[in-house]
Amino acid sequence: MKTTAKETGTSYTNGNTNVLPEPERKGRLLDLKSLTGKRVTWIIILLLLFAVPLLITKNSYLFLLTNIFIWSVFAMSYNLLLGYTGIISFGHAMFFGIGAYSLALTARHVPSGEFGFLLAILLTVGICFVLSLIVGLLSLRLRDTFYALITLAVATIFVIIAEQWRSMTMGNDGFNFTATLSRDLFGFINLLDRRHVYYIALIFLIAMFLVLKRFIHSPVGRTLQAIRDNEERVASLGFSVLNYKLISNVVAGVMAGLAGVVYAISIRFVSPASVLGVEKTIDVLLMTVIGGVGTLLGPIIGAGVVEVSSHYLMGLANIHPIFERWVIMFGVVFILIILFFPAGIVGTINQKYKSKKRKGKSHE
Amino acid sequence: MNTTTKDAKGQSHAKETTKEKIIETVNVTKSFGGHTAVNAVSLTIFDKEFKSIIGPNGAGKTTFFNLLSGQMKPTSGKIHFRGKEIHHLPPHKRTKLGIGRSFQITNVFPTLTVLENVRLAVQGKHNIHYSMFRHYRYYKHLEEEALDALERVNLREKSDQPASALAHGEKRKLEIAILLALDTELLLLDEPTAGMSIDEVPQIIEVLENIRDQRDRTILLIEHKIDLVKHLSDSIAVLFHGKQLADGSPEEIMNNEQVQSAYLGGLYDDAEN
Repeated sequence: MKTTAKETGTSYTNGNTNVLPEPERKGRLLDLKSLTGKRVTWIIILLLLFAVPLLITKNSYLFLLTNIFIWSVFAMSYNLLLGYTGIISFGHAMFFGIGAYSLALTARHVPSGEFGFLLAILLTVGICFVLSLIVGLLSLRLRDTFYALITLAVATIFVIIAEQWRSMTMGNDGFNFTATLSRDLFGFINLLDRRHVYYIALIFLIAMFLVLKRFIHSPVGRTLQAIRDNEERVASLGFSVLNYKLISNVVAGVMAGLAGVVYAISIRFVSPASVLGVEKTIDVLLMTVIGGVGTLLGPIIGAGVVEVSSHYLMGLANIHPIFERWVIMFGVVFILIILFFPAGIVGTINQKYKSKKRKGKSHE
Repeated sequence: MNTTTKDAKGQSHAKETTKEKIIETVNVTKSFGGHTAVNAVSLTIFDKEFKSIIGPNGAGKTTFFNLLSGQMKPTSGKIHFRGKEIHHLPPHKRTKLGIGRSFQITNVFPTLTVLENVRLAVQGKHNIHYSMFRHYRYYKHLEEEALDALERVNLREKSDQPASALAHGEKRKLEIAILLALDTELLLLDEPTAGMSIDEVPQIIEVLENIRDQRDRTILLIEHKIDLVKHLSDSIAVLFHGKQLADGSPEEIMNNEQVQSAYLGGLYDDAEN
């Protein structure tokens, strides 16, 4: 949290995706007020989130929230590609799956919990780094459509490996590793306690959010957004577009991999369909679009909407068999959101807020 | 082609005694299928010179620029920049060597603010490339330099607007501000005043005059407004149907019969042969 404290000292604020260099002429006092207001809101939200496990004892809610946090990180990493660099990947789930399988396999095969956990993280970061670099080098110098297709192809290879290498992965059935999860990781973390896992996911989300926020607002992040707008012009300013896209690809890949590690801890089970399939990439694509492409908070809101609505829509099956096909209902939710929030929930709200502000200015 | 002798007659206010070549093309050719857009053009531009390229529409002027700045690779021929072969280099490497260009078709970053458009150019110029963990406003001086460039084209008040909200003429000015901020030793300007309203043009001319009078960089200008070209240039090259028709001082070019007939028609039949 050091960074936020430092940042709020100047004229830009938490969570504000459009850090425009607003001239500080009029209403400096007002600015400060809204700034602190924003800060207070954030602190309250964070306190509430940290208090949740003390207030809610029902494990299923904790489980739902935990998964929202993890999917948020996964969607945030996807948004770095789609929203901030302007490239579509159809294979992003391979990084997520690599992370999940790394944790699952080390949990099953490595007796020492700490060593296994660190090894899983090391493997995930290493493999995702190299893989995203290679895939990027193969495809990013070509047109964006090739990138989409090559990521799809490579991701499919990983699905096939997970399905066929039965001795290692148990094939399509996947495997459960609840029994081998550490109960005293580093002496104080019980991976079978839902509250502990909740805190891991929450701290993970906050950490990744801050990392991404800093990255987006770094010179590299700004260059990526320019690439999204006009690639040719960025090159003519002396930037190597390929290198920047590679950086974006690697950061997104490693971040998705880490999200996979935490996801495996949460669901204690891996199978090709649950962590590797192309549908998982489509899921984060939906979350990003629903929340708002190219906004920092969008993927978090999107993950929340998708997870909560699918949770309750699935539950409706008990009321009437027509709700067995809950995906159709989800389709309706999706269409409604796109109708009323064409730029995603956060994106549309940002636009409205901005245009209001501009109108206010011109009236003065 | 012996362009050197022609260029030695450059206009009087080209005071430099050192006539060092900054960029030189040798028989550079670009074909698209059967169509040859640039046909064996050998042109030399001297250091600190203000040179213009004129020619009717479709003469290959912009294609020639694309070959110089790297957006296109020549089909054949060579390009030397300060004695170094550059025709195989991608655009960003040529920019780093010192070749900056503006575009005829407005080519800015629409969703970014006006300031950010220019700030990126300054960032590129200062080689701040792979900084990932610092806030971009840590580099405060970049912003100040960008604001200076905006000041020069009178866009400073619009600095916090998204570029897409600018009027067409203002976008053209932004285009020039980006190039100024890039601060390269060779400036390629592709019709900087195209699409501007008449009252905006003098200001751009003034900007160009100022750069010329500082005499610290080389300018290559594509422009249709002949008065403007005559007024600014040390030398003028004429392209016609992809070929180099003439190259010399403004007076020579204006009195050149071939050039006159190229603009009035008549040469079209010859060019076919």
